[in-house]
Amino acid sequence: MTQAGSTQLKRTPLNAQHRALGARMVPFAGWDMPVEYSGLSAEHLAVRTTAGLFDVSHMGQVEVAGKDALAAVQWITSNDASRLEIGQAHYSGLMTPAGTFVDDLLVYRLAAQHFLFVVNAANVDKDVAWVLEHIRQFADVTALDTSSRYALVALQGPVARGVMQRLANFDLSTIKYYWFAHGEIAGVRATVSRTGYTGEDGFEVFVPPKQAPAVWNAILDEGRDEGVIPAGLGARDTLRLEAAMRLYGNDIDAETTVLEAGLGWIVGWKKDDFIGRDALLSQKTSGPTRHLVGFEMFDRAIARHGYRVVASGQTAGVVTSGTYTPFLKKAIGMAYVPATHAAEGAEFDVEIRGRLARARVVPLPFYKRPKG
Amino acid sequence: MYPADCKYTKDHEWIKVDGGAGRVGITDFAQKQLGDVVYLELPQVGRSLKQGEVFGTVESVKAVSELYSPVSGEVVAVNTALAEKPEAVNKDPHGSWMVEIRFSAPAEVSALLAVAEYADLVK
Repeated sequence: MTQAGSTQLKRTPLNAQHRALGARMVPFAGWDMPVEYSGLSAEHLAVRTTAGLFDVSHMGQVEVAGKDALAAVQWITSNDASRLEIGQAHYSGLMTPAGTFVDDLLVYRLAAQHFLFVVNAANVDKDVAWVLEHIRQFADVTALDTSSRYALVALQGPVARGVMQRLANFDLSTIKYYWFAHGEIAGVRATVSRTGYTGEDGFEVFVPPKQAPAVWNAILDEGRDEGVIPAGLGARDTLRLEAAMRLYGNDIDAETTVLEAGLGWIVGWKKDDFIGRDALLSQKTSGPTRHLVGFEMFDRAIARHGYRVVASGQTAGVVTSGTYTPFLKKAIGMAYVPATHAAEGAEFDVEIRGRLARARVVPLPFYKRPKG
Repeated sequence: MYPADCKYTKDHEWIKVDGGAGRVGITDFAQKQLGDVVYLELPQVGRSLKQGEVFGTVESVKAVSELYSPVSGEVVAVNTALAEKPEAVNKDPHGSWMVEIRFSAPAEVSALLAVAEYADLVK
């Protein structure tokens, strides 16, 4: 768990709030972050039934702007950013020429030629360098790490809309899923985005760092009677896995292609050339030889990141994420397996502490929120 | 918080001695570190253990942790009912025994941590 001396860890603007709430703090991607407050399972269940409030200020922000910004974003990200309207966001990838991931990210279109990337905390420096290097060919575009300008909090769960609306000075019902708008939350200038990493409806709210504690406290106060509680990185991980959202460094990285990861829907096949296009077109034609699948364990055992997948006595792949989910109450995970073992219902073994435990491929996501 | 009639290990196990055998579980400190326990893997009756040997695993949502025998001896009873409701380890860690070990070296038992020493360790 320990990665660096705690003195070197960065602190979000909400660090004092986490400590006052009794959070257990851990080093994560160079940050001193809350892993849990009242308990992982309680926090997970709150997000599925009421709502949980997350500090995700460690996430990085990179802004790309200039007359050639759209062309540059089209070149360096996989999804088709020309389809984004101003005020809309989508999931995308920063791809290598091999069609593998430098990072995954959300791309927000702030203006016609101004984009905001929200990237993984551990990858900010790498991403900024990558973006700067690959936009040089465009005459009028610049990229800037603006992470320190934003605190980011996420309110996720069925009661999130009602609670957030009471704190907002504008109508949030006009913000559709994966759209965003500017206004005030608890009297603080904010960008409110209907996005998240939990599989629930909810909002991610960008606020100036100095005002973050006021917004955080206002949301907790406003939502207390409806069961809103603070939630940490532990629940964030089990929630995103139930929703089958990929985690960079676990499920996707510079060794895995967007097609192997089952994310072909974030590739803008119809747009002009982009980094990784040739490799991905070729893999699309031949078909990936391995696939990221979801699985459930038959046995009472949890298959975790890095565990070996065994089929017919041979190493056949690797588990990328695995947990016991407090909501579905079973052991689930994702793994790369050969195309021959990727169909729903296919079975394989996972080596867990020297023993083989049986797993079965199930459709993703494991959890889908009820509509309405 | 920690029962005075038990001995403790630095690996956060307790043993409650009764005659020539003792029941073993994990401490409140250990269950808090683990978080919600979801699976327990316990040995078979009759297994012989050396002090410090792994006799099982306790698995929570976020981590898996090995269980180390506080003493050398033979497993004479296993709490299979606990494996069916492992959440009891969180609710009542010092009432949730996992195995009973008939120890072969009483000197090992007396050398374990007394309650005050353990409480000091996890302070």
